[in-house]
Amino acid sequence: MQKRLSTLHALSLVIAGLDPAIHRFAKKMDPRVKPGGDKGKLTRRMFSFLAAAVLLLAPVFAHAQDKSIVVASTTSTQDSGLFGYLLPIFKAKTGIDVKVVAQGTGQAIDTANRGDADVAFVHAKSLEEKFVAEGGGVKRFPVMYNDFVLVGPKSDPAGIGRTKDIAAALTAIKAKGAPFVSRGDRSGTHVAELGLWKAAGVDIEKDKGPWYKEIGQGMGAALNTSSGLGAYTLSDRSTWISFKNKGDLVIAVEGDKRLFNQYGVILVNPAKHPNVKKELGQQFIDWLISPEGQKAIADYKIEGQQLFFPNATVPGA
Amino acid sequence: MNIMRAPTTDLPILLDHVSFVAGSVTIVDNVSLAFSPGAPTILIGPNGAGKTTLLRLLMGLIRPSRGRLTWGGREGVTPARCAIVFQRPAMLRRSAAGNILYALAAAGVPRGKRATRCTELLDMVGLAALAGRPARKLSGGEQQRLALARALAKDPAVLFLDEPTASLDPAATKAIEDIVRAVAARGIKVVMSTHDLGEARRLAGDVVLLHRGCVIESAPALSFFTAPRTDEARKFAAGELLI
Amino acid sequence: MPENASALQLVFSADPALLAIVKLSLAVSLSAVACAALVGLPFGAFVALTRFPGREAVIVTLNALMGLPPVVVGLAVYLLLSRSGPLGSWGLLFTPQAMVIAQTMLVTPIIVALARQTIEDLAAEYRDELAAMNVGPLGRVATLIWDARFSLVTALLAGFGRAAAEVGAIIIVGGNIDGFTRTMTTAIALETSKGDLALAVGLGLVLIGIVVIVNALAWAVRRAGEAFAE
Repeated sequence: MQKRLSTLHALSLVIAGLDPAIHRFAKKMDPRVKPGGDKGKLTRRMFSFLAAAVLLLAPVFAHAQDKSIVVASTTSTQDSGLFGYLLPIFKAKTGIDVKVVAQGTGQAIDTANRGDADVAFVHAKSLEEKFVAEGGGVKRFPVMYNDFVLVGPKSDPAGIGRTKDIAAALTAIKAKGAPFVSRGDRSGTHVAELGLWKAAGVDIEKDKGPWYKEIGQGMGAALNTSSGLGAYTLSDRSTWISFKNKGDLVIAVEGDKRLFNQYGVILVNPAKHPNVKKELGQQFIDWLISPEGQKAIADYKIEGQQLFFPNATVPGA
Repeated sequence: MNIMRAPTTDLPILLDHVSFVAGSVTIVDNVSLAFSPGAPTILIGPNGAGKTTLLRLLMGLIRPSRGRLTWGGREGVTPARCAIVFQRPAMLRRSAAGNILYALAAAGVPRGKRATRCTELLDMVGLAALAGRPARKLSGGEQQRLALARALAKDPAVLFLDEPTASLDPAATKAIEDIVRAVAARGIKVVMSTHDLGEARRLAGDVVLLHRGCVIESAPALSFFTAPRTDEARKFAAGELLI
Repeated sequence: MPENASALQLVFSADPALLAIVKLSLAVSLSAVACAALVGLPFGAFVALTRFPGREAVIVTLNALMGLPPVVVGLAVYLLLSRSGPLGSWGLLFTPQAMVIAQTMLVTPIIVALARQTIEDLAAEYRDELAAMNVGPLGRVATLIWDARFSLVTALLAGFGRAAAEVGAIIIVGGNIDGFTRTMTTAIALETSKGDLALAVGLGLVLIGIVVIVNALAWAVRRAGEAFAE
């Protein structure tokens, strides 16, 4: 409340200060007799207000340059609300502002490769290892895992039934030509999906038909589209749990070992991009894999359900 | 009220075989005239005679296609002591006083003197009561008077007027003509076009009859109206149409 | 923002996170309009008042640029500002400044094209009078811009509408970072993709409300000017 008052106060002071300046400027342009002034005054007030608004809002542009890092992460971690929960804890501890740019895993690694982020926090182990091998990142640390679930309409048009076999389910979907929404955006989820088609013995590039819809967007959009179309889609469980527009979608398949989804975090290589804030970035990574950070991850729950399972200490994760 | 005038370096205005051609049309055809200090010169003639173009040439807004046009002996220079009132004057989006103040500023009148001059000019054209009114909301006659005041803000030695009363009712016409007479009385050379014979009779010192871009006759008013030398002049003075 | 608050609750309780988002949206769009006006008004006046070879082509191009797809501008600015791009050393990617840059590029053609039209029309009207008063070229430009100011407000308003409504450019160059580059439109996109449609709708209503208020202000300014204009 107090803060708001002072803003208004400042605003009126700025207008009062600017007004004579604008008045003088206007007079130079248009030497009119003062009495004409009532409407001129209104105009001047308007312009003063506009100028004041821009000036006052300028602090919004002030950079928290010193203590902040940019983390390229995935839409699934953002849409599940994990960052909203974790980052305030991290900031309270270290004072570091973490700015998360949420993109698909492929795009996040691209961003890291361009040097536009300090840390990459994604979930496609093959892409991550390639990223490090090519020198774009320093070292990959496993952080946490969750699992994927296949969701679909309650009416189950593909006749999947109660199977726990993801490969069988996918085969059934293809056989029946039931609508399926794919992220199609080189995200971790997309990469996992492609891997699962392969495991089902389906060459999806060749065998896709109009039933297979590639939307090139994030997890939330995919779920929205599936809900609207009555289609199946592969989702990470965390986004699914926190998604608020399920419609009549339900989990069709879960628990298959192949639906395991591992997250890793990597510092962008400062040798390649000197602008990378390596100390602050490393602090973030260290905290994530520390017992404290791991506990925080485990503590994040929606409706009593834990969404992510920390496993930084598990070898080979 | 005194208007101190500087020496009239723009007079006499001499046209020596001046023509103005636009595209393939000759609007002003081989005109030779002289404008000297004194009583108003009235340009008369039917529509399309070239009166407006001639005034724009005299004001220096356009250059002749052929011939020489000099102001006080100087050629090719925009005259500084000439002002013009157009047939349908454009009102600046300001008050009446604002328009005059703008003209005063453009004429280089020092800032401190502008307000006083503005009031004088408004009084002169009888618009003092409408000083704060937006100029575009004035009536036709009032706008014409304001345009006159704007032109006078330049403190001109020569004032051109292009059919200023063409679209005005008799009362407004009289108001304009009174101001023109007052202006001429102060020694400002007035060159005014009209196609109203009566007006020419009322105001003229000299009359110049134009027809199809040519000067048919140029004479003092008295001899023009009582003893016209050319046929066209006689017909025009008698009120006949000149084709 | 509290996850499960209803949209209207958030809107009326003036939740500070929501206020921050509104403040950022206004700051970015208003700044873009201000920059675009600084560049666009003189340029529009210039094109309106001068004759140069290729002028017709310039006018056609300007009008076409009004329809620049925001997402294309976003991509172009992203490539410019990326660390691997030519202006990377400025470190502007994923900041509000980048968003202002992108929106300025979107808004400037609108202001230039509309200003050119307005000023050209007024110049035709004023031409004889200003010539008769011996007003020089700089004075002419200043007079025309000043006298046309109320119509130019409409051009600014059109620019603001474009800036406030777009999401494609700023989401690419800003990154939709929570608490830093998240504006009303990008927040709506995010909440929609999280399935929180009620909140997205609430934000949408706030956005519409703000646009209506700005329009009302501009209308008031025009009304004030009508006295002199017509």
